[in-house]
Amino acid sequence: MTAGLALSAVALATSSGLFGLLLRRRPALGQRLTCAAMCVAAVLGAGASARVLWGSGGFAIRLPWHEPLASLALRLDPLSALFLVPILAVPALGSIYGLSYWPQAELGWKAVRLQLFFGLVTGAMALVLLADNALLFLVGWEVMAVAGFALVRGDDERPEALRASWVYLAAAHVGAFALLALFSIVGGARGSFDFAEWKGLPAAGGASLYALALVGFGLKAGLVPLHFWLPGAHAAAPSHVSAVMSGVLLKTGIYGLLRTLGFFDAPPASWGLVLLALGAISGVLGVGVALAQHDLKRLLAYHSVENIGIIAMGAGIALVGRSRGDAALVALGLAGGLLHVVNHALFKSLLFLGAGSVQHAAGTRDLEHLGGLARAMPFTSFFFLVGAAAISGLPPLNGFASEWLIAVGSLTGLDLPRGDRVAYVALAAPVLAFIGGLAAACFAKVHGTAFLGNARSSKASRAHESPAPMIFPMAVLAAACLAIGLGPSLLLPALARVSSDWAGLPASQTLAASAVGSAGWVGGMAAALLLAAGLLALGRTRLLRGRATPPGETWGCGYSAPSARMEYTGSSFAQILVEGFRWVLLPRVELSHPRGLFPRSARFRTDVPDVVLDRAIEPAVQACETAARGLRGLAPGRIHFYAVLVLAALVALLCWRFLWW
Amino acid sequence: MVLRAFFQVSLLLLAPPLLVGIVNRVKALFAGRRGPPLLQAYYDLAKLLRKGAVFSRTTTWVFRAGPAIGLAAVFLSGLLLPLGGERALVSFRGDFLLLAYLLALGRFFTALAALDTGSSFEGMGAAREVSFASIAEPALFLCFVVLARATGTLSLSGMLGAGLGAAWRESAPALLLAGIALFVVALAENARIPVDDPNTHLELTMIHEVMVLDHSGPDLALILYGASMKLFLFGAVVVRLALGGLPPASASLAGAAFLAGLGLFAAVVGVTESVMARLRLTRVPQMLVGASVLSTFALVLLLR
Repeated sequence: MTAGLALSAVALATSSGLFGLLLRRRPALGQRLTCAAMCVAAVLGAGASARVLWGSGGFAIRLPWHEPLASLALRLDPLSALFLVPILAVPALGSIYGLSYWPQAELGWKAVRLQLFFGLVTGAMALVLLADNALLFLVGWEVMAVAGFALVRGDDERPEALRASWVYLAAAHVGAFALLALFSIVGGARGSFDFAEWKGLPAAGGASLYALALVGFGLKAGLVPLHFWLPGAHAAAPSHVSAVMSGVLLKTGIYGLLRTLGFFDAPPASWGLVLLALGAISGVLGVGVALAQHDLKRLLAYHSVENIGIIAMGAGIALVGRSRGDAALVALGLAGGLLHVVNHALFKSLLFLGAGSVQHAAGTRDLEHLGGLARAMPFTSFFFLVGAAAISGLPPLNGFASEWLIAVGSLTGLDLPRGDRVAYVALAAPVLAFIGGLAAACFAKVHGTAFLGNARSSKASRAHESPAPMIFPMAVLAAACLAIGLGPSLLLPALARVSSDWAGLPASQTLAASAVGSAGWVGGMAAALLLAAGLLALGRTRLLRGRATPPGETWGCGYSAPSARMEYTGSSFAQILVEGFRWVLLPRVELSHPRGLFPRSARFRTDVPDVVLDRAIEPAVQACETAARGLRGLAPGRIHFYAVLVLAALVALLCWRFLWW
Repeated sequence: MVLRAFFQVSLLLLAPPLLVGIVNRVKALFAGRRGPPLLQAYYDLAKLLRKGAVFSRTTTWVFRAGPAIGLAAVFLSGLLLPLGGERALVSFRGDFLLLAYLLALGRFFTALAALDTGSSFEGMGAAREVSFASIAEPALFLCFVVLARATGTLSLSGMLGAGLGAAWRESAPALLLAGIALFVVALAENARIPVDDPNTHLELTMIHEVMVLDHSGPDLALILYGASMKLFLFGAVVVRLALGGLPPASASLAGAAFLAGLGLFAAVVGVTESVMARLRLTRVPQMLVGASVLSTFALVLLLR
């Protein structure tokens, strides 16, 4: 039953694009059927996952395959069941959004192709989760990468989109090579490529395997410094594709890392500390770079780096806990990390869909040209605000619940005796607070400059609300964010099941009863907050009734003709914090000062390139290219010259052989 | 139980404006003025609640919701605090995280309401507020982590409860450092000198006051009331931390000491405001990072 649900979900999602392809004569119907297939797949997948997480347990199928070493081994255990829900649900919502955002009736072949690859990438992600054999996993992984490339590339011929898609493809394959190496080494040692046979790998001497896993999966997940492909790719793709890529595709990297770490016997504490440190660095730098962005989608993409960092921090705490056999650390860290996986899928896709609506309505996603959209787009503005508060980890929304779990997990380290260095995992809590504060600053900037105040350009002032198919998915995601924020304690038993299954610890002791009780308080306080704010708002509205005064101008400290150009811009808003991150952001500044008594023009422009891609990888690639071009002098195209070279090489080898060896 | 809840909630609801009155009275004394009555803040609130409000054409519902959400957040975080060493109404493992994030929620909506006006002054204030707050947040967390380690609990009621006496005897240096850091954070979070000047709002150097420039009537009352409640919250934490080392006494004596301590806290804030100049804006982050370093050092003392 569970197997049937899960497999039909995968099959349906993978083939969903065919409806659009076959019904090209009736594009609207074709797209609706495609969308319906994705939604049914999501429901089936959620059913399968619910049966595993709350019910009887998963399934495992193993069929022979003609490929050597491979087998068609599929299984759904609690870990993959948890990931399966967002991985099918977010693309389904994205395809609803696509009905208006990327309509087949207008775009024709372009939309058909997008839907084909959209379904394919969804199916491939689900296959990665279900695969119980290394080769099958890699097949899913590769299909996912290539379909992702096609989605990023789209039909977009702009140079930055082309560049982003090639960088993405290169990064995906470097990661795939690392995984190939990892799986070959482990598979060779174990004599089988079935994951089921890999349980109980000795952690001693496994450091190089861990490093390979970090590179391979870290590249997919976007851990700093392996995040460089991510901002460009996510900004270039159409918004519902960005939502899927940022919201769920990155999570396959986290899934792979957790799956691989699950093979090992209790790993040393240093592994967990490395992951925790990498997560903290990704978190702080991700949000730091995001603050400096003024392209809405690039900014959101950098926030994915931040959130992947938070998830990695949770996983790192869980790993530290496993090395100590400390069930509380494992349970809280992993439960927090996994809840954040789900939460990030919800609010990040919500934000990307909102960004798509903004781009659709205002024709630009440059924050410096937006402003005042809240009046023209009340729904988008409201749902975006929900997403913004959720991603900043503010109660009563879901981001707080998961960050709270991770922080409480790290503070559990304080119970360790004096002199135990591992107690310093408690520092993760202040780091989380720092990340949360910066994220709140960044989203105050984003929402404030895009939706509030006055329009900064004529495009923004002509904006309009998006049609219902674009609003509906945002409403669903925002409602889910609120629901998890109000009832985190309801999800904890399922999360505890995943973590006990992952760590191989008995379920009874993993999540202390106090944590579930505390989570109940968190939910209760969230509800109380809504109630109190609602009552106060009602009270002030009643007080003000009958005291109407005509609306005025914003108080300009005596200046009576302020214009939209005098508004505070997003860049100025973030300037204090960006200055603080200057040492790592290395912004490009173009500045021509006003000169003379009657200055005519002055110019200031700043943008922040990606430090890793633009300052390290690209110069290195360019240096290689220049060096290679230098070598080309050795190949003038004349055969005599090559003969001389061959002779010279022979003579040199002979000399070496007889004179020095 | 019900009686205790009643007392705690009424203290939380009624006392805060008095603290503001004390601060202002102390400042007036230092300046050689007689100063406003101690209850002036209550009169102001009553008057504002009776007034109408003017809204800018630029603003949306966010501007109107900001003050209500801000006050609700501060009030709920007040429910988490053990007032005078008694167990708080709401207490669970990790509740101090909720306290910090609730305050952050209030700040987030205040900043958005400021941006909603489209005024560059308010934008400037909002930018400074969120920037400094994001640096103050880790410092606050570190103080709480030190307290958690020293008392061995993760809830505010435990951290600021009876266990504090033993903690003072065992690790006084660390608690002292954390207390100093906490006081600095309290000044920054409450927009007091040396970080911000609550008395003026027209100068470009101001932070919190400039954000609420456009609010009027009941909305302004909610904001002022929320600000005083926030001062009360931080005062309650600092005072409880300082009094925690005293030998246990009867409940009424402890309550009286707590109230006297709060008055003293307000007086110290007033004295600080009177004898110090406001720091240059570029120095504010340095001061907050300094507070983080102090409390990190305190944590190292405890974990070593």
